[in-house]
Amino acid sequence: MKTESVLEKVFASGELAVTSECGPPRGAVPDKIIEKAKMLKGYVDAVNVTDNQTAMVRMSSFAACVFIKQLGMSPILQMVTRDRNRLAMQADILGAYSHGIDTMLCLSGDHPHFGDHPMAANVHDIDSVQFVQMIRDMRDKGKFQGGDDILNPPKMFIGAAANPFADPFELRVARLAKKIKAGTDFIQTQCIYNIDKFEKWMEDVRDRGLHEKVNIMAGITPMKTVGMAKYMKNRVPGMDVPDEIIKRMAGVPKEKQPEEGIKISVEAIERLKAVEGVKGFHVMAIEWEQKVPEIVERAGLLPRPAIDL
Amino acid sequence: MENFEPVIVAFCCHYCAYTAADMAGSQRLCYPPNVKIVRVPCSGKVDAIHIMKALEKGADAVYVAGCLEGDCHFKNGNIDAAKRVAYIKKLLDEIGIGGERVEMILMSAGMGERFAQTAADMTEKIRKLGPNPAKSTSMDMASNNL
Amino acid sequence: MITAERKPMEELIECLRPYHRILLVGCNECVTVCSAGGRKEVGILSSALQMAFMKEGKTLEVKEMTLERQCDPEYIEELVNQIDQVEAVMSMACGCGVQEIARRFKAKPVFPAVNTEFMGASERPGVWAERCQGCGDCVLGLTGGVCPIARCSKRLLNGPCGGSTNGKCEVDPDIECAWQLIWDRLKALGLEERYEENIAAKDWRTSRGGGPRKIIREDLVK
Repeated sequence: MKTESVLEKVFASGELAVTSECGPPRGAVPDKIIEKAKMLKGYVDAVNVTDNQTAMVRMSSFAACVFIKQLGMSPILQMVTRDRNRLAMQADILGAYSHGIDTMLCLSGDHPHFGDHPMAANVHDIDSVQFVQMIRDMRDKGKFQGGDDILNPPKMFIGAAANPFADPFELRVARLAKKIKAGTDFIQTQCIYNIDKFEKWMEDVRDRGLHEKVNIMAGITPMKTVGMAKYMKNRVPGMDVPDEIIKRMAGVPKEKQPEEGIKISVEAIERLKAVEGVKGFHVMAIEWEQKVPEIVERAGLLPRPAIDL
Repeated sequence: MENFEPVIVAFCCHYCAYTAADMAGSQRLCYPPNVKIVRVPCSGKVDAIHIMKALEKGADAVYVAGCLEGDCHFKNGNIDAAKRVAYIKKLLDEIGIGGERVEMILMSAGMGERFAQTAADMTEKIRKLGPNPAKSTSMDMASNNL
Repeated sequence: MITAERKPMEELIECLRPYHRILLVGCNECVTVCSAGGRKEVGILSSALQMAFMKEGKTLEVKEMTLERQCDPEYIEELVNQIDQVEAVMSMACGCGVQEIARRFKAKPVFPAVNTEFMGASERPGVWAERCQGCGDCVLGLTGGVCPIARCSKRLLNGPCGGSTNGKCEVDPDIECAWQLIWDRLKALGLEERYEENIAAKDWRTSRGGGPRKIIREDLVK
């Protein structure tokens, strides 16, 4: 075992891991994050906390993770390269580890263009691949990126994102290989609606033996309405929503659409369980966290293994 | 300013617009003497600076007259001229002189009537609009002596 | 070339308001090529400024000059004969030129007429696009001749990110995804394996991050 991370232990046990996600509040209101996390307790192994998602300022992921840790849950610190240089990142990693946070997800981050501060400077001192490598070297070599020794090096379980649906499709396996080479321990994919395409990607991943070098978690996001489905199909870059999903959502009356959306997600999970190389599920229910317990239960993913924190 | 007589410079291309002006002459069509014609080989020869200088030196308006679309003797001169006129219109709006004082007009060599009508319309439009705000009083007197 | 665009007229008129006699200096190099500050643009701006002043019942005398370039002191020296006859100078050159004039003629206020933008190349007549960020440590040999620092919105050295769509950047469909371009080039060159070599974190000291830079050629220093 490389770390004390709950997630690492679940993967090692051979059970399918389950994670979910919380977005911190747009203000100094800890109760909001605590409320959301409480809904997930017992239904997931670990919880991602997003970092200024869509480039909108929110309470820092680090601070929100501390609150979640205090609830007796295992937080996953998400960090983007957009807002911090390597000094700030390493400092935050030391700080987070000192608070008992031992799992991270490394991302580039959405461009400020999309957020509430389009006028801000983009940092991108390093990119997500170099970020993974940096944390791996901190953990395994005990050295800062600049070369000096670290006192009590942080033992982080390192995650990264993968999007099997973004362009160029032919590069998506190579990009995964790059991240694995840099030291990624687990991957969370973008939410999956086009299961055929995902299965094709996994086939290529398995061809190269990559599924054995990293723990791949399939991303799942339940649709609430047909409007949401259409929006995600047409307006979100790197998202692949097949027409059948839109048809299914449109085929039921408005009050029944949330239930249909959850049904679709549960069916997806069942289908994905059979895909060799899928080691777990990352259920992202943005502003709909209360439905995660139901999805996890109906998908037969309960009970979660009891791992001492 | 009751007796304001606009001074309008018309850059006319040799092949179409100037010939149309000639045609207007042969047809004995009247058009206002306010319009001063400057013959150019192609409307595309007219540069932004020519239009600016005309206005700077006291013209109240300028128009560039070229061939109909697809008929330019030099292929795309009229299209280039139209783009430059559009650019100058924006600049003139920016400095408060008014982009409506510059126009691009297209006509064929046989359109004597169109030439005369354009000259009349432009003169009327500018008479109503008033003199070029960049004209100083000394320049006013100079233009009246033309 | 270094590209620039003329500042809005309102801004230019405002900063020249206190003056009656100025020197408007163009540059025959980069800003001529991108039609922002060459001899032609000097003529047009001069005319526009004079008309703007006349409109307010004032006069502005504009002496026009276009230097070969404004980033070499030998050419700036050519302004010596004009400088005492004017109250201020407006330069249509890039920021380098404006500063060189200010450095040489400390007693004269100098104003920029253009906003200097980027180092770029012509895509087609009338269109210039950013190509180089002057990072000081060129990686173009590794990326098939396409720069990820200048052309990737997130300057990723191991891209693309998850927002690349149909070869376009998530930020703007008019921006090509640099990493799509890089991949296409590597494929065309038969160098696909290079893509999986992770490029290490950049040392930004050679870039602006290390402070304003200087090049000294000992063999050329006088």
